[in-house]
Amino acid sequence: MSVVLDLKNVSVKLDDKVIVENSSFTVRKGECLGILGESGSGKSMTVKAVLGLLDKNFETSGVAIFNGENLLNKSKESLRNIRGKDITMVLQNPMTCFDPLYRIGNQMAETFKTHTNWSNEEIYKNSLDILNRMKIRDGEEVLKKYPHQISGGMLQRIMIGIAMAMKPKLLIADEPTTAIDAITQYEIMQEFQKIKEEHETAMIFITHDLGAVSLIADDIVVMNNGKIVERGDFNHIIHNSKDSYTRLLVEKRISVMKKYREVVYREEV
Amino acid sequence: MKQYIIKRILSAIPLLLVISFLCFVFINLIPSDPAEVALRIRQVPVITEEAILEVRQELGLDNPYFIRYFNWLLDCLKGDFGISYVNPKRTVAGELLRCLPATLQLAGASFIIVIVLSIPVGVLCAVYKDSLFDKITRSIVFITTAMPSYWIGLLLMWIVSLKLDLLPTNGNGTWKHLILPAFTVSLSYISTYIRLIRNNMLENMKQDYVLYANVRGLPQKMIFLKHILKNSMHTCIVAIGMSIPQLISGTIVVENVFAWPGLGTLCISSIFNRDYPVIQAYVLLIGALFVFFNLIFDILQTVSDPRMRKEA
Amino acid sequence: MLQRFLHNKMAVGTVSLVLFIALLGIFAPLIAPNDPYATDILNKFQSFSIQYPFGTDNLGRCIFSRMLYGIRPTLGLAVLTMICTITLGALMGLLAGYFRGFVEEFIMRVVDVMLSFPSQIMVFAVVALLGISVQNVIIANVFIKWAWYARMIRTGVMQYRDKNFVQFSRCVGTPERFILLRHLVPSIASDLAVLSSLDVGWAIINISTLSFLGLGVQAPTPEWGAMLNEAKNVLTSNPTQMLIPGVAIVILVSAFNLMGDALRDVLDPKEVSK
Repeated sequence: MSVVLDLKNVSVKLDDKVIVENSSFTVRKGECLGILGESGSGKSMTVKAVLGLLDKNFETSGVAIFNGENLLNKSKESLRNIRGKDITMVLQNPMTCFDPLYRIGNQMAETFKTHTNWSNEEIYKNSLDILNRMKIRDGEEVLKKYPHQISGGMLQRIMIGIAMAMKPKLLIADEPTTAIDAITQYEIMQEFQKIKEEHETAMIFITHDLGAVSLIADDIVVMNNGKIVERGDFNHIIHNSKDSYTRLLVEKRISVMKKYREVVYREEV
Repeated sequence: MKQYIIKRILSAIPLLLVISFLCFVFINLIPSDPAEVALRIRQVPVITEEAILEVRQELGLDNPYFIRYFNWLLDCLKGDFGISYVNPKRTVAGELLRCLPATLQLAGASFIIVIVLSIPVGVLCAVYKDSLFDKITRSIVFITTAMPSYWIGLLLMWIVSLKLDLLPTNGNGTWKHLILPAFTVSLSYISTYIRLIRNNMLENMKQDYVLYANVRGLPQKMIFLKHILKNSMHTCIVAIGMSIPQLISGTIVVENVFAWPGLGTLCISSIFNRDYPVIQAYVLLIGALFVFFNLIFDILQTVSDPRMRKEA
Repeated sequence: MLQRFLHNKMAVGTVSLVLFIALLGIFAPLIAPNDPYATDILNKFQSFSIQYPFGTDNLGRCIFSRMLYGIRPTLGLAVLTMICTITLGALMGLLAGYFRGFVEEFIMRVVDVMLSFPSQIMVFAVVALLGISVQNVIIANVFIKWAWYARMIRTGVMQYRDKNFVQFSRCVGTPERFILLRHLVPSIASDLAVLSSLDVGWAIINISTLSFLGLGVQAPTPEWGAMLNEAKNVLTSNPTQMLIPGVAIVILVSAFNLMGDALRDVLDPKEVSK
């Protein structure tokens, strides 16, 4: 399979403090890479650095090849054109990710206006279409609503919808299930699994949840204190991990996970 | 929505009553007998016991306290604030009306200066945080908060009027007279709002919706104007609007420095002359303005914010 | 705590500056080269000299000596105002926060009304009502400021009254008054220190403003605001006369403002300013 994103020795520094150290990984078309680690381990910092989302106080070094170009050398403006079109992202906290002063329809439309030359009718039609595909009823009503009038789960699905609308080459999900309740989490995970099956989109799935990552990731890297400490597929991480931090993470989660999978997914581990 | 506005307007009434009652109590705490004062105002040569009793009855001073309060309140609502103690030929309402335009002119000009200077400077400070411009502005802001407004007035008068001979020192009439006092009044508010706007903008820049707008690749300009600026202005305009009465009352000191013939000069000279009805009416007026502007901008804020609209 | 204080240069610097100014005021009779009241019409409007370091004013008085003596009323009255304000505010706040119920309801309604009214106007109203004098200026300033402290202290008490150590004290059977003084006061002391040092600066400006308008400290007394009032009348002939007291006010107020910020950093390391 062709490589979509190839990271080599990406480091991030803030005032001489190393936040991410020599991160390297590859994401291939149609595959999902899971980045596992606790909060503060530098997992979202890595992707934010690659996408140019960190402010100028952060110092980034290394190589990140996407479409044959090094993203870390690109100007802020050209990265902006890639973001939201070729590489899209779903963030952790749907409730605060939408501007409270604008209707949902407006915020969807501004995204499409930026990346396409659709007419207003096309934008409206496509917005409704996205909501339909995300199984949101009363699309026309939802477009007229303000973010605070909609549930977190629905906002999260809208975010996924916006992310997939541009048919991106790479979808990054940054802790997409952390801020929402268990039942919605299940629906959101199904959504991601569907994306993986139906489209050929490469995916990076950032989480601290071993259960969630097991459902979707083909390959996993484990991060701790800004370093990648373990890599391999899920089986390898669970059974053959040599890194002590990973072992700790696995042992801590494995009992919880067993219960979780029994209850939520009704399957045996 | 309508219901909320009506509720909000009704809730202002008790506050207005409390303020008016305090003003009424104020004049009744003064250690002089209103009947005696009334006689003196009428320039009755010899004040006798009988005359005082007669006037007491005439003015309704024998009535119970609350009845007197309501009578007084009714008079006030009709625009009758009584007669000046110092100059019996003049009504208090007339005095206030005479001085009001000058004060409104000064406060209006200051308000425009505040808006025109503090918003762009505050926004620039936030955008170019920690730049030279930001640092210089912040030190100026810091110094001006430690400067009493009357001293700023004297300094400006000295430098601009006496040294450079650009503008007149005092009096009013032309727009040239207006510049120095208006700038002096606005200066302390400008520094307050520069700080407010700067911090508010920086706060907004850290919000998730700005990150998400960046994630979606929206143009920088659009993120800034549509999302960051609009959210900040939303808070700041309301705060600035609510301070309009403070701006009007803040003219007291500056009017005296520049001999500006407005309400502030009237108020201070009334304090010296013990012209209590004038002071009372002035306090009542400012109090009512305060309640009024709070009400207006509170409602505006609620109407313009979708989140608040829902709760209302 | 002391360690952190000594490490914070700003805190040490501003506190020393304020103490230094206070000492200058206390020892003014020893330091001042001239009698601040001695007029010498022949020598009016002198510029800087050894005998008159900052020159002389419109009556030939030594500006430097008057500035030194001016520290006493300016700083003294401001500190006195703050002590009265905090005492009254703390009393009301503690009563409201600790006993709740009707007492709280009543005090907080009064506080609401006080806070919803423009303070500047109230100062003038109180001074007008009570008459023009220094004492009334202090009363007026205390009157408009206590409500802020009452509210702040009540909030503080509300936060702490349900903390374990207070409840423990109550279980052990310590009398309520004792709990109040022993536990709650130290808990809110740091907030109080920060707010009050910022407000001393506010009080200095306010009191000097009233003196400048002729409503506070009266003419011959060397108070900075009153000195500026006199300087205003000779602005055309001797403009420099208004520089010294004004700069003195700015320095003293800035020192208190910086001290407030520095104390916040020292006392509450969680909220170290970014």
